[in-house]
Amino acid sequence: MSAAMAKVSVLRYRPEQDEVPVWQDYQVPYSDDMSVLTALNYIKDELDGTLSLRWSCRQAICGSCGMMIGGKPSLACKTFLRDYPEGIRVEALAHFPIERDLVVVMDGFMDKLQKVKPYIIPKEARSLDEGEYLQTPAEMDLYAQFAGCINCGLCYAACPQVGLNPDFIGPGAIALLHRYNLDSRDGGSAERMALINSEVGVFNCTAVGYCSEVCPKMVDPANAVNVGKMNSARDYFFRFMRPAGEKGECR
Amino acid sequence: MNQALKRSHEPIFWLLFGAGGMLAALIGAMLVLITAFAVPLGLLPADAFSYANMLAFAQNLFGKAFILAVVALFFWHAVHRIFHSLHDVGIHAGTGARVLCYGTALAGTLLTVWALWTIGF
Amino acid sequence: MSARKPYVRPMAGWWRRDPFFVEYMVHEGTAFFVWLYALELLAGVLCLAQGKAAWDAYRAFVASVPLLILNAAIFAMMLYHGYTWFKIMPRTLPPMKVGGKRVAGATITALGLGGALVASVLLFGIVWMLTSGGAQ
Ligand code: SF4
Ligand code: FES
Repeated sequence: MSAAMAKVSVLRYRPEQDEVPVWQDYQVPYSDDMSVLTALNYIKDELDGTLSLRWSCRQAICGSCGMMIGGKPSLACKTFLRDYPEGIRVEALAHFPIERDLVVVMDGFMDKLQKVKPYIIPKEARSLDEGEYLQTPAEMDLYAQFAGCINCGLCYAACPQVGLNPDFIGPGAIALLHRYNLDSRDGGSAERMALINSEVGVFNCTAVGYCSEVCPKMVDPANAVNVGKMNSARDYFFRFMRPAGEKGECR
Repeated sequence: MNQALKRSHEPIFWLLFGAGGMLAALIGAMLVLITAFAVPLGLLPADAFSYANMLAFAQNLFGKAFILAVVALFFWHAVHRIFHSLHDVGIHAGTGARVLCYGTALAGTLLTVWALWTIGF
Repeated sequence: MSARKPYVRPMAGWWRRDPFFVEYMVHEGTAFFVWLYALELLAGVLCLAQGKAAWDAYRAFVASVPLLILNAAIFAMMLYHGYTWFKIMPRTLPPMKVGGKRVAGATITALGLGGALVASVLLFGIVWMLTSGGAQ
């Protein structure tokens, strides 16, 4: 063996045999351009077929390979062995239950994504022959950043408030909610407000800000959450000046 | 689904937290410098905080407003953060911790109002 | 029968997991010192309301060594609070545009810190005028 080897430690959890997760070390042949995902797939293909992980695109766009690498929420396909000369520790994404090895339970996250009504609720209904809803580049610019989310869940693994209160809607879903609220074609802000205002809404956030640091797509979910606080505070104090029984109201 | 959502009352405390945090960030350090170190360091005259001076300041309406704003908002800023930090370290004492934290801010505010009232105009 | 048995990792000690969290806990900790300072000022206002003797005792107390040490700590924590407050501000404010271009986060932080400097100098100036100019 002349090729240099790199150590990869993986937190294993096989529900049928492990009571608690355990660390297991592997040696993989090292090369400068080897991503952590490639290393893990090398392990799976050549060393230990029982290792479970999720991946698909290998280019930081499908959002399925999120995991803790060296303790930080990262995309395995966008993280490289060369940046970890001491060897690398890989663990399932924090704040999610571990299903098996590096695979986490995403159900709660999916449920939150649905709760924010992540689709355009048209301001005014239009028939087909009235044509499409038009939008200027400037109007698109308002939300484009928040539309870049790939639902990878890294921001949830970076958010202690998600870990402490799993019901908290969380950074990514709130960023998505914000994206639709900011869309000039959308008229659903009032409907989405109840969730923002609620006890599982934006006020769980204590402005740690790590979510925006780890986001691989520069979405800045922390900004969405904190702008949500301002909107919610406005709603809280001025709600009595609006006609009662509005959609999405909770008093 | 919406029926199950309970509105959070955080906006009240969050706004007080934000106002106090902003005030402390802008002038907090300078206030400490002025009240604790300016006289010993000779930056201000020895009688800067004499009884007569401070009484006149506290009797002035602007003075009163300033004192109340600083003391009350610093309290509300601090307790809000402390309350959330307790949650962060795993003490979710709920009502108990809430009363203990926010209670000191409320008491501090009321005592300041009372003192400023007693001092007169 | 389902073989699923999802494992939930404990949160105990989470803030030691990452340097980013350690810093977060430290800047949250400044609140305790802000609270102490509010208490110190409250004591002052209460003493002022009690009359000259109480006020003079309070000033002597503030000038004592333990209080000077405490106030030095409070001073440092206030500075750190201000620094971290403006550092996170770009994330908490709605995006701002000037002349069609998004204002950079670093600019917002710099403006905040600059604002703090100006406000502090102004405050000292006012106190200096009130105590040195007015009283003599
Ligand atoms: S906001 Fe960023 S970190 Fe969070 S899920 Fe979307 S892409 Fe991932
Ligand atoms: S494999 Fe698709 S984001 Fe990494």
